[in-house]
Amino acid sequence: MTSSALALPGAGTLRRRPLVERYAPIVTIVLALIAIWYIAAALMNLSLVRGGFEREEAPYTVSELIAGTMTAERPLLPAPHQVIAAFVDSVFGYAPTAPRSLVYHSIVTLSATLLGFALGALLGTGLALMIVHSRALEKSLLPWIICSQMVPILALAPIFIVVLGAVGLQGLLPKSIISAYLCFFPITIGMVKGFTAPDPMQLDLMRTWSATPRQVLAKLRWPAAVPYLFASLKVAITISLIGAIVAELPTGAEAGIGARLLAGSYYGQTIQIWAALLASAILASGLIGLVDLTERGVARQMGARP
Amino acid sequence: MNPRRLQLGFIVAAAGMLCALVLPLSSEAVATLSARPILVALTLAAALLFAAAAWTGGSRAIALGVLGVLCGAATTLVLLRDPGIGGSAAAGFWAMVLAVWLGAGLCVVELASQRPRGDGARRALNLAVPLLFGAVVFYLWEVLVRGFGVPPVLMPSPSAAAIRFASSLPILGQDFVQTFVRGVLIGYVIGCGAGLLVAIVAQRFSFLGRGLLPLGNFFSALPLVGVAPIMVMWFGFDWPSKAAVVALVTFFPMLVNALAGLSASGHMERDLMRSYGADHRQTLMKLDLPAALPFIFNALKINATLALIGAIVAEFFGTPTQGIGFRISTEAGRMAIDMVWAEIALAAIAGMAFYGLVALAERATTFWHPSYRT
Repeated sequence: MTSSALALPGAGTLRRRPLVERYAPIVTIVLALIAIWYIAAALMNLSLVRGGFEREEAPYTVSELIAGTMTAERPLLPAPHQVIAAFVDSVFGYAPTAPRSLVYHSIVTLSATLLGFALGALLGTGLALMIVHSRALEKSLLPWIICSQMVPILALAPIFIVVLGAVGLQGLLPKSIISAYLCFFPITIGMVKGFTAPDPMQLDLMRTWSATPRQVLAKLRWPAAVPYLFASLKVAITISLIGAIVAELPTGAEAGIGARLLAGSYYGQTIQIWAALLASAILASGLIGLVDLTERGVARQMGARP
Repeated sequence: MNPRRLQLGFIVAAAGMLCALVLPLSSEAVATLSARPILVALTLAAALLFAAAAWTGGSRAIALGVLGVLCGAATTLVLLRDPGIGGSAAAGFWAMVLAVWLGAGLCVVELASQRPRGDGARRALNLAVPLLFGAVVFYLWEVLVRGFGVPPVLMPSPSAAAIRFASSLPILGQDFVQTFVRGVLIGYVIGCGAGLLVAIVAQRFSFLGRGLLPLGNFFSALPLVGVAPIMVMWFGFDWPSKAAVVALVTFFPMLVNALAGLSASGHMERDLMRSYGADHRQTLMKLDLPAALPFIFNALKINATLALIGAIVAEFFGTPTQGIGFRISTEAGRMAIDMVWAEIALAAIAGMAFYGLVALAERATTFWHPSYRT
């Protein structure tokens, strides 16, 4: 921590350069993590590589050993450059429609994610609206919504897809429904909290103006809930991605990031697993960035000052 | 609720029960309702109780309505035991079910609008409303599955799953210990504890905090359950790999929320602490941590659901021969869907109890938050 801080310019210069001030800590920690990753890769793959040398009864030196840990074909923990090489190869090395291309798998997962997210956001907001406006629903439904999250729906995915297939639904929709089921919950909880965020004083003020419930909703509850909405949308879109990926695991899907993970785990292709994880990370951060941009736009529309 | 509408609803429910006496019960040739004296008495009792509820109105209608619902539900459940009715139920039967549903719905709405004085009565009401609602949902599930004769491979009735649950308690107990006590709880404690500690350290050193917050946001957004195959490769098939997945999945939400919460205290309060001459440790214990509690509990609640999913997903990639996820996948392969549902009920009960404990702790410690003050 201290040694990396020393390498940076002093606090006075930092203040004058907001970009440096903002990104220096992030870059430092990322570099530290990569260094830790390399050391961990060397340590974890050491016995594997040594075993390989001893089996061939070839003489080896320490530097050969360490070089071996960085280039092993099926390492316990691949080094970062191996993962990136595999990632670049599977993204740019094949046509986007080829089954070996990560772009193809990412698009399959992304479409299920987005559909599930849209369904979940609508369902979650609708439920929150109903709960806020009906005391009966708040008392009877909210506990069960919380309970619904305790049902490991993922475990049901295979049965679910069989049942939906019997009804005639195949492909995208079953996965999306699993994503929607997983991601409606944070939106409902966040929006109920947001719709009830206005102070009793503010609600009383609306009552003195004899506002109808619809006016209270439009002029007080919605604006108060917008920050909560975006906070829960950010959580929900990642959960939606998780749902789409995990829904691909037990169903034996042929395409998608989850299918890639499963295939990698079956054949011990650790580098392939890590490359798929990297793809999902990029997908997740892109989706969040999108929600973040929307949030900023909406905030500017609502008159927030940067 | 509008008393007029309540009255009308109960009259319709009573009429629905009476319809069942006239309309055919099943599309097959079976004895009509009038040939079963006890059931006729029950049906008439339900209709009378609904009518009485419509007559009295108000809170007394709830008790009468619930009694009527019980009579009607008992009648339909007894009728379903007739093999001529289960699977081929017709208009008379469904009229009775609809009447029971309507009556129960009215009771739930009316019960929820009660505002009892005492603290104990309010708590009892808060428990009774969701329980009644849940009972209605389970009743409808049971009646629909058995009335339409849905094949048990697609969807078993809740009673079949309950019987299976009761008859395989030892296996369920083993699975519970393996998945929940070992995998979920240990991983949850490690993940949440580590997340909170790192957040406290990062708040102390702002350089670290400014670097960790975006990274933590980034990592908590990743589909981290994807590391399950890697963890199984590293830590073996038994519970340590599940605990590792759970710890990893729960770490980042806690880190991000706790970091946001630790900076939630206002300038005024911080200035006040400084004017008291409080050192960093005192400020942390008396101001920052209490102010962060709503955020921390938010993370604990999110993590309670993520942890269970993480453990079950990790079990898809390999387990010893016990555990909830293992049992679900093997029993689903053998088409023993009632056992699958028994396992799901187990996971649901464990998860609800877990979440309930977290929520109780939240109520006890963050009673001052505006969302609880209404």
